[in-house]
Amino acid sequence: MRNRVTGQRRRGRNLAPMDEPTPPPSAAAPPDATPGATPGATPSVFPGAVSPDREYLLDAGGIGIAVHEWGSEQADPLFLVHGGFDFARTYDVFAPKLAAAGWRVVSWDQRGHGDSEHAALYSWDGDLRDAMAVMDSITQYPAPVIGHSKGGSLMIQLADAQPFRFSHLVNLDGIPYKRRIPDVSEHERTRMAAGEITGWLDHRRSTATSQRKPGTLEELARRRGRMNPRLPFEWLCHLVTVGAFESEDGWRWKIDPSMRFGGFGPWRPEWTITRLPGLPMPFLGILGREQEEMGWGTLPHHVYPYLPLGGRCEVLEDVGHFVHIEQPDVVAGMVLDFLEASGASGANRGAA
Amino acid sequence: MSDVTMLTHNRVQLALHHLSEGTGRALLLLHGLGEASPVVVPAWAAAWPGPVRALDFTGHGRSTVPAGGGYSAEIMLADADAALAALAEHGPITVVGRGLGAYVALMLAGARAADVRGAVLCDGPGLAGGAIGPTSQSFVALPPRELPPDPYALFELSRDLRPPDYATLFVRLALDSGLDEPIAVAAKVRPPWLAAVAEEVGVLNATVDEALATFAAV
Repeated sequence: MRNRVTGQRRRGRNLAPMDEPTPPPSAAAPPDATPGATPGATPSVFPGAVSPDREYLLDAGGIGIAVHEWGSEQADPLFLVHGGFDFARTYDVFAPKLAAAGWRVVSWDQRGHGDSEHAALYSWDGDLRDAMAVMDSITQYPAPVIGHSKGGSLMIQLADAQPFRFSHLVNLDGIPYKRRIPDVSEHERTRMAAGEITGWLDHRRSTATSQRKPGTLEELARRRGRMNPRLPFEWLCHLVTVGAFESEDGWRWKIDPSMRFGGFGPWRPEWTITRLPGLPMPFLGILGREQEEMGWGTLPHHVYPYLPLGGRCEVLEDVGHFVHIEQPDVVAGMVLDFLEASGASGANRGAA
Repeated sequence: MSDVTMLTHNRVQLALHHLSEGTGRALLLLHGLGEASPVVVPAWAAAWPGPVRALDFTGHGRSTVPAGGGYSAEIMLADADAALAALAEHGPITVVGRGLGAYVALMLAGARAADVRGAVLCDGPGLAGGAIGPTSQSFVALPPRELPPDPYALFELSRDLRPPDYATLFVRLALDSGLDEPIAVAAKVRPPWLAAVAEEVGVLNATVDEALATFAAV
């Protein structure tokens, strides 16, 4: 799996393949960086944001997957899985807090996202195989896994199918429940489906030549803000600097333009939650009380009946879908307490 | 060897085979899972008066085999939609599908009801598909194969979910074509999704010959 990636279609930064890791920056950590974060990380304009210590491309069955790591390479690994239309660098504040506690934090850009290769095909199974490739390249032993939104839902399915990979599972507002479809007649529901399907097909007819819309850094941040209304503008600007690329006519998000919100298919969101009760590893769910466009609309009373034995679901009041971005200290503390309480300590292991 | 037009669907080149010419509505053939398009007009389609075309799905025949898998029946639908767009000069089309292609033909007839005058669903590889609900299936990485079909296509499209109520949605959508019976089921074997389809209003149960004769006359 750790083969050199060749013939990559790269946009923006050029990541080295696995056998040529990006050397850690030599600059000292900025004064406003996370206390205890790995020395030598690149300064960022956003307070607390720390660039990864190592970034490289992994060949996952012919798709170049960009892997980002924070913390000592000798520490025990902990995996972070991002949500749909996000990328690993959205953990720039959250991940260093876990690394500071002694974990080797490993995240990756899902295919078509961030610095990973744009693929011809995207699917849930494809994302799961890419996740397996990253995990296999890091460890053969069970490790803690934290997933946000779509990443959380993906990891519920992988934990159900391949529990041997997971020592713990933390789900950050990523438990799908029923779609929020208004109460409409069957006839009207069919018409709504027709609109979704033809809209998607029309989009597919244009993807061969489509590009993301260019703009200034601030314009991209404002566009993202329409989907992330609770997040600070300065954070959204930071996301542009790591999740977009600049060319002659402006900045564009790196995400594959063939991808779009919505879509259709036979999968029903509520099926994911039925996998929860059987999970054998310690489980912690963290939900934000405030509902947002990018969230699943799942409420605590939806989750409680499906919790696995010993599992917990905590709710953060006045927090939206991006719990780890709105409250990075609180969520990192909850995660570290959860790992500590069930016998896992990256700090102790990392020192070995 | 038939003439072939290469169509672009996102990053994939799709082979559309020109099996015969004619006057009137085009007939589009969709192959089964793991198959490729025929290179001559099948005997059962010889009487079709219009041009006959056949599409190689992604990962099959002369179409691109992409890296990393990620197949779904919906992506195959978008493949078929690329062929539909390429045949627009002939007006609405009639579509015949074998196995996996039958499922895709049904979806195309529903998704593009105004542009499809009849879909014939036939037996063939990949007809059953996967389960009708959540399963305990695991996930594996597959070694590449030198020649098509793509192993990921075989693996993923043989287990894609096919809930009956999802399939019947496309029958209801196909009724917008204006035909009283826009779908014809010619398959002898009827997995749950197809059994449900066959029971819907607007579905004709007929042989391939009968179905093609019916659709050629509308």
